Amino acid sequence: MNNIMIIGATSAIATEVAREFAQNGASLFLLARNQEKLETVANDLRVRGAKTVHTATFDALDLESHQRRLEQAVELLSDLDAVLIAHGNLPDQTECQRTYQETERALQTNLLSPIAFLTWLANYFERRGRGNITVIGSVAGDRGRQSNYVYGTAKGGLATFLQGLRNRLSFCGVTVTTIKPGFVDTPMTQHLAKGPLFAEPRIVAKRIYKAMTRGQDVVYAPWFWRFIMLIIQHIPESIFRKLRL
Amino acid sequence: MTTNKQEREFLSWGKHPKPQGQSALHIRSLRDPLPHLEGARTVLPFGLGRSYGDSCLNSDNSLIPIAEFDHFISFDPGTGVLQAEAGTSLRAILETFVPKGWFLPVSPGTKFVTLGGAVANDIHGKNHHIAGTFGRHVRRFELLRSNGERLVCSPTEHPELFAATIAGLGLTGLITWIEIQLIPIRSPYLNTRTTKFRNLDEFFDISSESDALFEYSVSWVDCTSEGANLGRGLFMAGNFSESTKPNKRSNLSLPFPCEAPGWLLNSFFMRSFNTLYYNKQFSRVVEGLTHYEPFFYPLDAILDWNRMYGRRGFFQYQLVVPFEQDRSIIKEIFTRITKSKRASFLAVLKTFGDLPSPGMLSFPRKGVTLALDFPNDGAPTMTLMDELDSIVFAAGGALYAAKDARMSPKAFRASYPRLQEFTQYADPRFSSSFWRRVTG
Repeated sequence: MNNIMIIGATSAIATEVAREFAQNGASLFLLARNQEKLETVANDLRVRGAKTVHTATFDALDLESHQRRLEQAVELLSDLDAVLIAHGNLPDQTECQRTYQETERALQTNLLSPIAFLTWLANYFERRGRGNITVIGSVAGDRGRQSNYVYGTAKGGLATFLQGLRNRLSFCGVTVTTIKPGFVDTPMTQHLAKGPLFAEPRIVAKRIYKAMTRGQDVVYAPWFWRFIMLIIQHIPESIFRKLRL
Repeated sequence: MTTNKQEREFLSWGKHPKPQGQSALHIRSLRDPLPHLEGARTVLPFGLGRSYGDSCLNSDNSLIPIAEFDHFISFDPGTGVLQAEAGTSLRAILETFVPKGWFLPVSPGTKFVTLGGAVANDIHGKNHHIAGTFGRHVRRFELLRSNGERLVCSPTEHPELFAATIAGLGLTGLITWIEIQLIPIRSPYLNTRTTKFRNLDEFFDISSESDALFEYSVSWVDCTSEGANLGRGLFMAGNFSESTKPNKRSNLSLPFPCEAPGWLLNSFFMRSFNTLYYNKQFSRVVEGLTHYEPFFYPLDAILDWNRMYGRRGFFQYQLVVPFEQDRSIIKEIFTRITKSKRASFLAVLKTFGDLPSPGMLSFPRKGVTLALDFPNDGAPTMTLMDELDSIVFAAGGALYAAKDARMSPKAFRASYPRLQEFTQYADPRFSSSFWRRVTG
């Protein structure tokens, strides 16, 4: 894979994935909110061996702008082999419960914005006939819990969208990969107490890189989350609703 | 910027002492000014927490975690000059630049340290006799002071602040980026020679013969054998090879699974380990081709090896004593340690060369350095280290701040003669548990 677009490229996990591609001499187009951070990451990738690195800013709440960015990526890289959609944030569940506006923003950032990108990308890759689309979801989308069900809704909805997209694109040789990370020690989770289940972004990123290059379907990272979530998904609702999760 | 009490605890590598009332101040960007500090609170940059004692802790005050600022800024493949953010780890540098034919100019025994930490402790390595300390290979860096100034420091720009910040223990301000000179290598492998020595006299003889032949050298010493075997060990030396070995080695590193129970590290276990290790080679001299990872970083293969010492943690004790005098000082130190039966696996001996260290508070100086672990057994461990102190300081030696949790203010003043000069360059809003202890 030579031409890679990464959306949300300055997040801890996405930067590490970009480093894997850079080390292998890829050309990259990076999208993120903050220009200064983008420049920092771009320089780092150039030093590591990226062939070329282009950057542009975007706002996840400005859905209109998404298509322009994608067209720009194709123009600059002349062709896209793979796209990683990694942007998102961890909304404040309590705030979301208080006001619908907060919930709407959370769903815009974590669900609608990725879908806006995916709609265009699906048609692009369908025409192209090969390539990979990878999206970072979350184990939080596997079952709704009182502590973060708005985030869970966005990630769960996204996973369902990707299932359908994978099904559609599998007939034309395009792979769609859903990554479900567990707890990762990143700035997004800075405020959470760290336990033994927290993984380093670098470990998760290496797994994502492998999944993208192989075109895998659904990948839990680290792997043991598949089993944790298998158990959590199978707890009967009558019991689950009484748990403090 | 956020502070939160729930967040992960920042401990030093020796897990002793435990910090109290310490919080983390997260900064968003290295281009922002330092966060506002309430009252008389101070800050201390915190990298990967590989300092052993309390020099990376700031009880009742704040730490600024910097490990997330780990981006390369520029690299010149013609000259090998690398500029990177201060949180960049030596591991990242090695992973990126060894395949391109470059190596660190000076490397410590672990690659899990940041560039900022390497400068702030003016670290040394197996090539001290040839290359001196890490600080000698630092071309320049940017220092962010609490008054908002950003100063690029080098041997010619703000040279006093440059010398104060190298080995300055993070007390002169926040280093944002660092520019270092890498060295070219032809291969990631070294031609190595391991020589057994039966006692300290043999060590000194081999060491003086080998320093001219080998760029890198270090010795592991058995601290459990007495009498005729006092100070026996293995002298390990190497030079980067010209040839490459085709087979790939695995990058497997296993975490130490949990904190070990205290009874595990008893003296019988230690003696058995040391005897086995000493006898791992039958012949006196073994030569081979060794990949740089096991040669430089044997312990990095066991992540979190400090858990071996359990919750109470351990002390690392690293001393240097001047060489000229005579071998009796180092022998006396070994006699005390072996008699106490408190030493652990890791006793490392090395002669420092006479290249001057650039930092005002640099530890390396011409002589012999010995580093070893003592499990934290409370009072008897403290007594032993106090006894060793009296030998070290009487001989005009010093202890390494990065590994210290207990040296007295008097000993610190006596063994770091440029302390007074350093004090005027320390930033008033930067401090550490170590600093308050040794200047208190």
